[in-house]
Amino acid sequence: MSKRMELYSGNELVAEAAIAAGCRFFGGYPITPSSEIAERMSKFLPQVGGRFIQMEDEIASMGAIIGASLAGEKSMTATSGPGFSLKQENLGFAMIAEVPCVIVNVMRGGPSTGLPTAPSQSDVMQARWGTHGDHPVIALAPSYMREIFDETVRAFNLAEKYRMPVILLLDEVIAHLHEGVALPESDEIEIVNRKKPTVSREEYEPYADTKDHVPPMANFFEGYRYHVTGLSHNPKGLPSTDFEVVHAIQVRRQKKITEHLDDILKWEERSMEDAEIAIIAYGSIGRSATDAVEHLRAEGVKIGLFRPLTLWPFPEKRVAEIARQVKRIFVPEMNLGQLVLEVERMAKGDAEVIGINQVGGVMIRPREIVSRVKEVA
Amino acid sequence: MSNRVELRFSGVGGQGAILAGAILAEAAVYFDGKYALQSPTYTAQVRGGATKVDVIISSDPIIFPQTSEINFYLAFAQRAYDRFYGGNNPGNRFFRDMTEDAIVLVDSDLVTNFNDPPHRVIKLPILQLALKELGRTVFSNVLALGIVTGITKVVSDEAIVNAVKRRAPRGTEEMNLKALNIGFNFAKKYMEQKSIDPVTV
Repeated sequence: MSKRMELYSGNELVAEAAIAAGCRFFGGYPITPSSEIAERMSKFLPQVGGRFIQMEDEIASMGAIIGASLAGEKSMTATSGPGFSLKQENLGFAMIAEVPCVIVNVMRGGPSTGLPTAPSQSDVMQARWGTHGDHPVIALAPSYMREIFDETVRAFNLAEKYRMPVILLLDEVIAHLHEGVALPESDEIEIVNRKKPTVSREEYEPYADTKDHVPPMANFFEGYRYHVTGLSHNPKGLPSTDFEVVHAIQVRRQKKITEHLDDILKWEERSMEDAEIAIIAYGSIGRSATDAVEHLRAEGVKIGLFRPLTLWPFPEKRVAEIARQVKRIFVPEMNLGQLVLEVERMAKGDAEVIGINQVGGVMIRPREIVSRVKEVA
Repeated sequence: MSNRVELRFSGVGGQGAILAGAILAEAAVYFDGKYALQSPTYTAQVRGGATKVDVIISSDPIIFPQTSEINFYLAFAQRAYDRFYGGNNPGNRFFRDMTEDAIVLVDSDLVTNFNDPPHRVIKLPILQLALKELGRTVFSNVLALGIVTGITKVVSDEAIVNAVKRRAPRGTEEMNLKALNIGFNFAKKYMEQKSIDPVTV
C-alpha cells in the first residue's frame, strides 16, 4: 500500500470527493441516511471559498443547485428516497435545461418515509424514470469506500462533460460504514470542467448541436445572454413547439449518452472467463456477491461476477454477451426486483435470470446468495 | 477466515460502547496498518436505547462489510445483550452470527440473564471496577478495551495505547491509560488461568 489509510464513513467520503472534484456549492435539506454529507459540506465548503445553504426544503435545494451551476459553480445536493421524490420535478428541469449538477441519493427503505435508517436499493428505477418525459440519465453506484470517492469525482466530471445532472446512488450500509481507505493524492485526481463558448456573444447558441452533441455552456454573468426554460426550446433557448426543432433537440440530448457509452459505462468483472453462472450485483450488495463468488469458486462452482458501477445507462451490450455465455444469472438486490428487469430484457431468454430479493432493511448476506445458487444448481 | 476478526460491543446510549468500537478500528488502521471497519447503530435514532458497534479487522481488504462470524462480544447492559447477542435468542434472526467459541464479556452487575448461554463467558463488574479504581464509571469503556485487546490481541498493545491517547480529551490521558492498563492486567491474569489462544490478525 503506497499511501496510509484513514477511516471515513461513506457519507464523509462523498463530501471529501465533491470538494476535491471542485464542488463549491451545496444546497440541501438534511435527511437520514444522507445527513452527514450536508454536515461535512457545511463545515468544509466555507474553508475552500465555497457556499453551503440549508434550504427550506428538498424542492428548493434542487432549485438552488441548478441556479448555482448556471452561475458557474459545480454544485451538489444530497438526499434520500423521500427527498429524491420531491426533487424529481426540478431534476427534469436540470435535464431539459442541460445543467450540470450532482444529486446524491443514499437509498433507504420506501415507499414514502419508509425505513429511515435501514438500507435499500429500491430507488434504482426511480433514478431512471422518476421524472417524466424522455430524458437521458447517468446514475452511478459504488460498492467500496475508495469507489465512493472515485465515483463521486466521476459524477462531477460526467456532469460537466455531458452538461447534465448525474445521480450518485449509495445505500445506508456503505453510507454509514466507517472504513479504512487510502485516498488518491490531489494531483492524481482527474478533473473535468464544462466546455465554454468560443464564439461571440451574438453567435452563441446554448442548445445548438455540436460534434459531440454537448453544446458549450456560458455561465451567467459572463456576458453571454441566453434564455433558460423548462419548456421545449430551440438552439437559442427560446420556447419552441416546432416539430423538427423539438424532435432534434430531444434526440441530441439522448445522443450525449448513446454516443459516449464507452466513456460513461464502468464495471468490474471477476472470474467471468470460464463462468457458467453469473451474479450481477451493485452497491453494497456487490460486496456480498463478490464474497459469494469467492466462496463458490473455492468449492469449484464455475461462477463469475459482473458488478456495474454505472447503472444508467445500463451496460446492455455486455449483459447480453454474458447471457449468451452463461446458463443462469442471479441478480441479488435490496428491492423486489428492479435492475433484474434490465438483465431480463438484455438476456432475451438466452440465460435464465433469477432475482434474489430482500426488502426488510437488512443486507443480503453472502451465505444467502450461496445457498440460493446451490439450491437452483 | 482466520485473518479476519469480528467484534461487537453493545450497551445503552451514553456508556461509550460505540466510542470503544471507533477507537479499536482506529488502532487497527492508524497504528497497526490493518484493514478495518466499524459500523455503529444509528445513534440519533436510539439515544438512551440499546446500541451496538460491529468492528471487523483483517490483514486483507474487507469484502463483505458486515459481521457473520463474531469472535468477541461485549455487553454493558441486559437490554443490549438481549438484542445484540447473536446466539439463538428468539427474535434475533438477523444477528445469529456468533462463532461457536466466541468470547463473551459482560458486566456481571448489569447482564445477569443468559438466554442461550455462550460457551465462553467472562463475567466482570466492569463499571464497579472503574468506579473503585478510577473514581468514575466513564472510564469503563476504555477499561473494557484493555480486556478485549489483551485477550484477543486483535491489535497491538502499542496501537490501542496510541488510539486511546488520540481520542482522550485533554487532561484525561493519564486516567484513560490507567483504565486501559487495568484491562490489560485482568486480561493477562485471565489468559493465564484459562490458557486461551489469542485470535491475532
